[in-house]
Amino acid sequence: MIVLENTPSAVLVLAVGVLCGTGVYLLLERPLTRILLGFILISNGVNLMLLVAGGRAGASPIVGSSDEPMSDPLAQAMTLTAIVITLGLTAFILALAYRSWQLHGHDEVADDVEDRRVARHAALNAPAYEDADADETGQTLDEEAAAVHDDVAGDEAPGEEAPGDDTSDVTTPGEAR
Amino acid sequence: MLAVLLLTFALAVAAPALVALLGRRAFWVLAVGPAAAAGYALASTRAVLDGDPPVTSIPWVPGLHLTIDLRLDALSWLLLLVVGGVGALVLLYCSAYFSRDAFGTGRFAGTLTAFAGAMMGLVIADDLLLLFVFWELTTVFSYLLIGHYADRKASRRAAMQAIVVTTAGGLAMLVGLIVLGVSTGTWRVSEVVVDPPTGTAAVVASLCLVAGAATKSALVPFHFWLPAAMAAPTPVSAYLHAAAMVKAGVYLVARFAPGLSGEPVWRWSVVSLGAATLLLGGYRALRQHDLKLVLAFGTVSQLGLLVLLLGLGTRAAALAGLALLGAHALFKAALFLVVGVVDVATGTRDLRRLSGLWRAMPVTAAAGLLATASMIGLPPFAGYVAKEAALEGLWHDATHGAGGLEVAALVAVVVGSILTVAYGLRFWWGAFGTKGSLPDGGAPAVPHRRQPALLVAPPAALALGGLFVALVPSVGERVLSPFADTYPSGDPGKLVLWGGFTPALVTSVLVLAVGALLFGQRVRVERWQASLPSPRGADLVYRRSMRRLDDLAADVTGATQRGSLPFYLGIVLVVLAVAPGAVILSGLLTGTTVAVDVVPWDRPAQAAVVAIVAVASVLAARARRRLKAVVLVGVAGYANAALFLLHGAPDLALTQVLVETVTLVVLVLVLRRMPPYFTDRPLTASRWVRVVLGVTTGVVMMGLTLAAPLARVQPPISVDFPAEAVEYGSGDNIVNVTLVDIRAWDTVGELSVLLVAATGVASLVFLRQRSGAVLRLSRAPGADSGERKEWLAAGRTLAPERRSVMFEVVTRLVFHAMIVFALFLLFSGHNAPGGGFAAGLVVGIALAVRYLAGGRYELGEAMPVPPGLLLGTGLFLSAGVGLGALLIGQEVLESFTFDFHVPLLGKVHLVTSLFFDVGVMLLVVGLVLDVLRTLGAEIDRQGELPENVVAVAGEESR
Repeated sequence: MIVLENTPSAVLVLAVGVLCGTGVYLLLERPLTRILLGFILISNGVNLMLLVAGGRAGASPIVGSSDEPMSDPLAQAMTLTAIVITLGLTAFILALAYRSWQLHGHDEVADDVEDRRVARHAALNAPAYEDADADETGQTLDEEAAAVHDDVAGDEAPGEEAPGDDTSDVTTPGEAR
Repeated sequence: MLAVLLLTFALAVAAPALVALLGRRAFWVLAVGPAAAAGYALASTRAVLDGDPPVTSIPWVPGLHLTIDLRLDALSWLLLLVVGGVGALVLLYCSAYFSRDAFGTGRFAGTLTAFAGAMMGLVIADDLLLLFVFWELTTVFSYLLIGHYADRKASRRAAMQAIVVTTAGGLAMLVGLIVLGVSTGTWRVSEVVVDPPTGTAAVVASLCLVAGAATKSALVPFHFWLPAAMAAPTPVSAYLHAAAMVKAGVYLVARFAPGLSGEPVWRWSVVSLGAATLLLGGYRALRQHDLKLVLAFGTVSQLGLLVLLLGLGTRAAALAGLALLGAHALFKAALFLVVGVVDVATGTRDLRRLSGLWRAMPVTAAAGLLATASMIGLPPFAGYVAKEAALEGLWHDATHGAGGLEVAALVAVVVGSILTVAYGLRFWWGAFGTKGSLPDGGAPAVPHRRQPALLVAPPAALALGGLFVALVPSVGERVLSPFADTYPSGDPGKLVLWGGFTPALVTSVLVLAVGALLFGQRVRVERWQASLPSPRGADLVYRRSMRRLDDLAADVTGATQRGSLPFYLGIVLVVLAVAPGAVILSGLLTGTTVAVDVVPWDRPAQAAVVAIVAVASVLAARARRRLKAVVLVGVAGYANAALFLLHGAPDLALTQVLVETVTLVVLVLVLRRMPPYFTDRPLTASRWVRVVLGVTTGVVMMGLTLAAPLARVQPPISVDFPAEAVEYGSGDNIVNVTLVDIRAWDTVGELSVLLVAATGVASLVFLRQRSGAVLRLSRAPGADSGERKEWLAAGRTLAPERRSVMFEVVTRLVFHAMIVFALFLLFSGHNAPGGGFAAGLVVGIALAVRYLAGGRYELGEAMPVPPGLLLGTGLFLSAGVGLGALLIGQEVLESFTFDFHVPLLGKVHLVTSLFFDVGVMLLVVGLVLDVLRTLGAEIDRQGELPENVVAVAGEESR
């Protein structure tokens, strides 16, 4: 029998608020260690919220252990998964922090250099990247067309003039008459 | 039909291998695919004429209304014949056209054949979405073919331009197709056309479809991509940009015109775009010097004419349009192939450098002459029959009470035809005629040698085809009129070679005469054109707008991607507070979301624990010392575990305590290498912003926590879990059964996340390999064969001042007890608190104790396997064994129960989900081991290295 009553208890609501609030305060910091601690606090708060969402407290969800209604097992299963995932993520952020400390001597999250560069270029209205293909060449269609030549059959026959194309990259040289 | 399609695609896949095997002769094999399609069309002629089109229907994605519906009616028949016939000839031509060692022939052959397949699919598709699929396939293959010489800038530009323009139109077309499908309720093209939508749906669909057709068929203002696409090899130009792909837009117009041409918006847009394209293309063709460009602008012009005739909506014009479609495929493909022959022979396509070729290359010149005659509408060629029918039909409509649209169309067709005559003559004269003097005074390019028959035969065959079909116009009328008669209005047209002295005949004669005059005055015409501003406007607009788009993207990126993590997080949190937060809170305050109802506590003890949580977390947020902050967060975590316990969640409490312990150990392991204090950041303003955001988020989360349980109106899904857990999962601990059975897929997903996280941790610290070697005692520096008995095997590898005998003794005593406890948790977890997660964490803590007491070699001795092995085995046991149930026809991850008697142990109750739980345990042990080895042992090792190599320390491999 599962607890069907779902009125939340005020103290748990308060705990969720405090954990998430302090967690966010830390999360917005620059040092990765503090970000990590903020993350852990938020995770605790959210886990608690999941549990509250499942309804009121009850007996342990073990069949036959008690005659009272049990607390919601589904919310618990989800929370359990979340706890372990938090462990994995904690380890990962910690490794990031260590690596940052190893490379830069601190574990602060710096601003992304590439993003700043893009923003600077956008402010100057300069192109964000070079793209020679998209530039206007100033050539007429005829001039462009004259430069294009296929790898055609006559090219390999000896003793014949190589076609007068400008794209020496595709025709084999040394076929002069 | 499907078999022909599949054959062509199979050939395309095999093409690279065939080219490697057979060289250029592979094209002969590949030509079988399109030839089979043409053969199939011919064989089905009887059925098509009898109004009993072959139909195939295979469900593909029913949820999306995507069905492989194929249907061969008269229009599809014509196009399949064109696509297949011309395709086969072009492939044969390729085998003689390209040099033996040409660049990327295998890829080219495959792409071209695949294109042929996609085009065939397009013209026989009878499902709106299938039509779109093939449409986009032709776009992609054409992109690859135009960009075949990817090392040339012109090719890349042309290819990119073509795909951007045609894809944009294709997307518009998709919208139109969906509007058609949704508004009519059927997704079969043939049914939509019979029962078209009306009102707004018809207007939107018309505009979208016309946009798709305009981009694909290079109508004004999207015409510019087609001349640029001449950067493709000439056979591609002949096939894609004359006979096949650009006809897709024409096909689309013809396909939907019987249904939609009643809409004024359809008629006006089609006729105005078609007429403008017809005139602009013809005008620009007059002053090109490259033979391919002359033909390209000529093609643009003819496409405009085709769209105009087929989209106008009258039967006579439609019949003329169908005839012209076939005629155009024959003569334009032939002309492109002829240009290819000239190019092979002389090495140039510039008509200013060619002179007297009609004498040197009589067969090619004759083929070119036949095709040109058809293009300009000389009797008795197909072009003449078609154009005569067009003039006759338009004249008839214009003089029999039709509106101004028909009159405008007639005028455009007459003027366009005059231009066609002029550039047609100029083309043939430019390619083969004898010129008095060349503009640059140089010698004319001369052919090197006789051209192989295979190179000349395909254009000759196509050009002759244009003559033969015209000699029997009644056959053409018979096969094409069934489709033309599906058009809603107008009188039926006729295809004849001689229709008597009619106004159309007079007009034709006039057209030819004025066109010839224009050609005769070509020098003056060219000079006059040169004095006008160069009309490259559309191309420039395209390039400028692409550049603007890039700039806009950069501006948006610059404005939104600030590169600051706190900024991003802040935005996320503000959105959380403003969007869902404000709604929930206002709903709670006004009572519209739920009626607020709250009890102070479930159990009084909760209040005390919450006080601890609150104080610890606030202090942690204020702490400036790393270790202090870590410990306070740990306190909050343990207190959370107490809350879990009070809530009636012993499994959660157990796991939380264990996780918190592991976290604390790992944090301390890393922090010992970092500075003791956080960097001081005296920016108080930003701190207040953080406080405000923190408080806001906290309040929003509280609102959510209040609303979530109260908003429930249905009984929870878990009411049945207790019964299910016992009956199907054979366990009493519902949480554990949920994890390993009821919601086992969730757990598998979670395990994968853990595996990835562990791998990520290792790769951040071990930079060169998955993880370092297993540090066995035998590899320790100065390790002797253990003569003295020690409490811990690797204790002496530590520096004496770091050793603690007390710790070593305790470790020695508790390690095995912890392992046994872990196994107990594992096996009892199905019926009592515990399970794989808890067991794995206990083993992990035991390992951590060994490591802390004895150093990294002790860890290697305690668990002498690489963590990757544990992680992999764990995932295999949990997910892989779950797959085993499939073998005996059960659901994945379904559990089974075996009860049997084992001597000594007594009655054993084995549930297969135990293996799952063992997998979970192994994976968690692997995670903890990975973390200990990297954040513990490897950091130890790096710390012992000299200071100057610390930055790259991880790259040292042992």
